[in-house]
Amino acid sequence: MDLTKPYPIATPETAPFWEGLRNEQVLLQRCDDCGTWIFYPRSNCPNCLSTRLNWHQVSGEGTLYTFTVTRQATAPHFVDEVPQLIAMIDLNEGVRLTSTLVAQETDDLKVGAKVTPVFDHVSADVTLLRYRLA
Amino acid sequence: MSRTIRGKVAVVGLGETQYYKRGQSPDAEFKLALKAIISACKDAGISPKKVDGFASFSNDRSDPSRLAAALGCDDLRFANMQWGGGGGGGSGAIANAAAAIATGMAECVIVFRALAQGQFGRFGQGPRSNTTSGAGAYTVPYGLMSPAQSFAMKVNRFMHDHGVKQEALRAISLASYHHAQNNPRAVMHGRPLDEVKYDESRWIVEPFHLFDCCLENDGAAAMLLVPAERAKDFPHKPTYILSALSGSHYRAGASAHNTPDYATSTFKTTVPRLYEMAELGPNDVQVAQVYENFTGGVLMSIVEHGFCEPDGCNEFFTKENLIAPDGKLPTNTSGGNLAECYMHGLGLNIEAVRQLRGESTNQVNGVDVSLVASGPMVTPVSSSIFGSEATL
Repeated sequence: MDLTKPYPIATPETAPFWEGLRNEQVLLQRCDDCGTWIFYPRSNCPNCLSTRLNWHQVSGEGTLYTFTVTRQATAPHFVDEVPQLIAMIDLNEGVRLTSTLVAQETDDLKVGAKVTPVFDHVSADVTLLRYRLA
Repeated sequence: MSRTIRGKVAVVGLGETQYYKRGQSPDAEFKLALKAIISACKDAGISPKKVDGFASFSNDRSDPSRLAAALGCDDLRFANMQWGGGGGGGSGAIANAAAAIATGMAECVIVFRALAQGQFGRFGQGPRSNTTSGAGAYTVPYGLMSPAQSFAMKVNRFMHDHGVKQEALRAISLASYHHAQNNPRAVMHGRPLDEVKYDESRWIVEPFHLFDCCLENDGAAAMLLVPAERAKDFPHKPTYILSALSGSHYRAGASAHNTPDYATSTFKTTVPRLYEMAELGPNDVQVAQVYENFTGGVLMSIVEHGFCEPDGCNEFFTKENLIAPDGKLPTNTSGGNLAECYMHGLGLNIEAVRQLRGESTNQVNGVDVSLVASGPMVTPVSSSIFGSEATL
């Protein structure tokens, strides 16, 4: 079994997001027609189905919507991350994304806490967007 | 309402194989399916040759055409799969079979679920590839792979919003294990659980201890449905489907956890339709089987089926309230997915009918209305309500 971690593959629609992270920038799509902020990247606005979407840099900051402390590794290649601090982050723009928290003490983690991005360059090609308490 | 399945379909046969721990079935999965179906037909006193339809869910691998061939069915008139993963389709498959009977497409339909994980691999296991695209690109690299993690985050948010304590989840687990001690079919029969053992059990994914998680099992279960007017031709006390349906809310299935209403068991939009079809409400329900993938899902399902206010969970969810015969809402009276067998909810539907027949090992007195909530937190979810002749 291949025990290297699963990494995202960029596609034409998602490449700007992953490229942004490599440059330590959080880029989100916004609909030119109705102004809706969009995550995850896609070809049509989920609000008005417009195809006129463009990329904008945002702070990446947000709040901790929910999280779980995973004490049983999901898969063999995540054993080194236990306890896995998997979290949903609400960005200030109103979109929600999955991440992991970089934290020493799980007792400090509270729903609603302010969080700030941590750019984790996991390989030459891939940067993951993790978070820490602000 | 003229367009309804209420009272038009009867449950006349129940069948189960022995239930095994995951990977321990001596029989192949297809053979388990056949055993359960033959058992349900025997319970109903008819030949399996007379079965003319099959309905299942969760991508069951036992194909209806192959089943019909093996059983020697005279005529295959209905072959149906409810879309959606996990146990969300447990009541949905019953709804589909009932719809087929109510509209004259079929006369004698088996609803079934069969699983042999030694043969086919572990149910619900995360992917093992080292690259991922599509929606998984935003979750899998962060280690978010298992249902336990996804559902833990929904439950954690619900518990935060409503001040729910861990003891509420514990009560659900204690009730299931309590019931299993009276049920010789239960995999956890003879393995009682108490507060200390629960509290000291290891965390899997917070807020879920080991005993908050469903079992993993091999086995099969089947239920035989016929038109209501034939109900009295069969040996058991007649039981009827009062309501059965499936569904989910606006963008419930949005990828990468982007559903707008996140901390929900997904029943908010289906439950009003469920009770409307049944022509009754939560106060009429005497016993409930509520799918436990994880205890937190049971808690939210019971809230969303109208038995408890969201802010009243700490008072409602006590072991005493959840156990038969005298609890406020006897729940998972076979031991359910936590302690009887994880047959993805078909076992829960069978137990619901058993309560109406008066044949449960944890019988509630005089049951006329028996409810099942199937597969919380996935999409689509489904529910069913069964009733005695008195409810028609």
